[in-house]
Amino acid sequence: MNQRLQLPEKFFRLAAWGSAGLSLLILVFMLILGRPLLGHDLFALVFHQPWQPDRQLYGLFPMLVGTLAVSTTALLMALPLAFGTAILAAIIRPGGCGRLLVRIVQLLTGMPTVVYGFVGIFLLVPRLRTLFGGGSGRSILAAALMLALLITPTMVLIFIDSFQRVPRGWQTAAAALGCTPMQTFRHVILPRAAGGLLSGTILAFGRAVGDTMIALMLAGNAVAVPCSLLDPARTLTSQIALVFAADFSSLEFKSIFLCGLILYLLTSTLTIALRLARPTVGYQP
Amino acid sequence: MKEKGLDRLLVFYAWTAALVLLLAVLAVFGFLLQRGLPVLNLKLIFGNADPLAALGGRQPVFDGLYPAIVGTLMLVVLAVTLAVPVGLGAGIYLAEYSRGRQRALLGLFFDILAGTPSIIVGLFGLTITIFLHRCLSAQIQPCLLISALSLAFLVLPYLARTTQAALEEIEPAVRLTAPALGASRRQNLFLVLLPQALPGIGSGILLAIGRCAEDTAVIMLTGAVAAAGLPRSLLDHYEALPFSIYYYSSQYANPEELQRGYGAALILLATCALLFILAFVLRQLLTRSRGIAAGWRP
Repeated sequence: MNQRLQLPEKFFRLAAWGSAGLSLLILVFMLILGRPLLGHDLFALVFHQPWQPDRQLYGLFPMLVGTLAVSTTALLMALPLAFGTAILAAIIRPGGCGRLLVRIVQLLTGMPTVVYGFVGIFLLVPRLRTLFGGGSGRSILAAALMLALLITPTMVLIFIDSFQRVPRGWQTAAAALGCTPMQTFRHVILPRAAGGLLSGTILAFGRAVGDTMIALMLAGNAVAVPCSLLDPARTLTSQIALVFAADFSSLEFKSIFLCGLILYLLTSTLTIALRLARPTVGYQP
Repeated sequence: MKEKGLDRLLVFYAWTAALVLLLAVLAVFGFLLQRGLPVLNLKLIFGNADPLAALGGRQPVFDGLYPAIVGTLMLVVLAVTLAVPVGLGAGIYLAEYSRGRQRALLGLFFDILAGTPSIIVGLFGLTITIFLHRCLSAQIQPCLLISALSLAFLVLPYLARTTQAALEEIEPAVRLTAPALGASRRQNLFLVLLPQALPGIGSGILLAIGRCAEDTAVIMLTGAVAAAGLPRSLLDHYEALPFSIYYYSSQYANPEELQRGYGAALILLATCALLFILAFVLRQLLTRSRGIAAGWRP
């Protein structure tokens, strides 16, 4: 084989390792640009210092709490919704109306997040404001409600997939022993699908942590540590979006790379956990 | 009897969950349609400028969505052009050339990249801009080219993964026929496997286009601005639909700008839905041709 003929394979290999290297390159860039802050007391920066740039305090603790509060609340709302919808679509009505439901859910996974944020501002926020009286209405609750709607479709699809992976023979065997469909589901399908349920939940949590627009538009972006669901909060992602216009050489600007570093480590840990939960599953766009 | 009660409870719960989800979705999209449909007209897009003159570039549009639509279009074309060759190449390598540990390691890196929040990819684009600004030329600012490059990074793992999946789904019978007849590995790849996988790869590209069109976090860090008009070059600021939606939602000065926000949201939503449905149809095509191939037995 001559040299010219090997060109396509060389390109394929370069493309694969090049794009794989990109994920490491992102980490390296965050480390280089965030370096001036890495000299500070990192533990204090991340775990208790407040964010007061005018007093040279660049603590990210409020944003870390904000991120965790918004995404955990969203996950807690989305989980029962997704689980029930998956049961309906895969077990109770596997044909006709279940299939239609799956199609709708699939379509939902491709919807722009900024549209969810936009609708949230004009539909949800005013109603929350009148419902709970006072405040701006922009709160952890508002962001979590919209975020739940964003992550539910992904969860539903992975849950359905994990139900359907259970061998059909097992289900027929259970039916032959006199199980109703729901008993088959509870005793045969559910225990076997636990891994899939876990990976769907992890994936959804990762999406919730990484989403920027919904939290930025609906959570209120206050820099204090939130105490209740009705308090406004600022997430790590919003922090990056809000501060990036600062002077390039200021420490305030450098601190967003620390934000990025925390987010990167958080999401890649989730990705690795995902592979451990079910080694064969990849990221489903 | 207890079992029967549990059964009923579970069924009731499942129906309630699905109904709540559907109602919430209906509320969101119904609200947008109700507010957005009445404002959809030429004036929304071209403002007070003459549509034909604006399309010909003879008259600038100051009070319409036209610059944002053009910006998004240019952004998507540029990003997808940059990402498709690399994404496809990586996907082919993953499916056809890598084995064992190497494949697992590559897969892990792609999953990490796919799971990286888009704002981090935007931040990465910003750091590239800063480096270029310092090392290459002080004229380099956040711009259309940098945004497109960052968006290409964002969709690379999706493209690679969908290409890989489309290739791996090909039946062994189809995969082995040409080599059995004496075709080389490369002939098999280019003449049999890639044409077979084409609908799957195409649907992956359509989904990547949708992702490029809707992502806001990347472009807000790398050069999208509220008012720039049409971009004059690849190194210029630009407007884009998703950024306009974000901007109008927080900074609208009058009801007209708010209406433009609703219009932009509806246009973006329709675009993404259309791309998604096209991708779905392509994938159906794939299963149909698979069916023929699988049904064919010598």
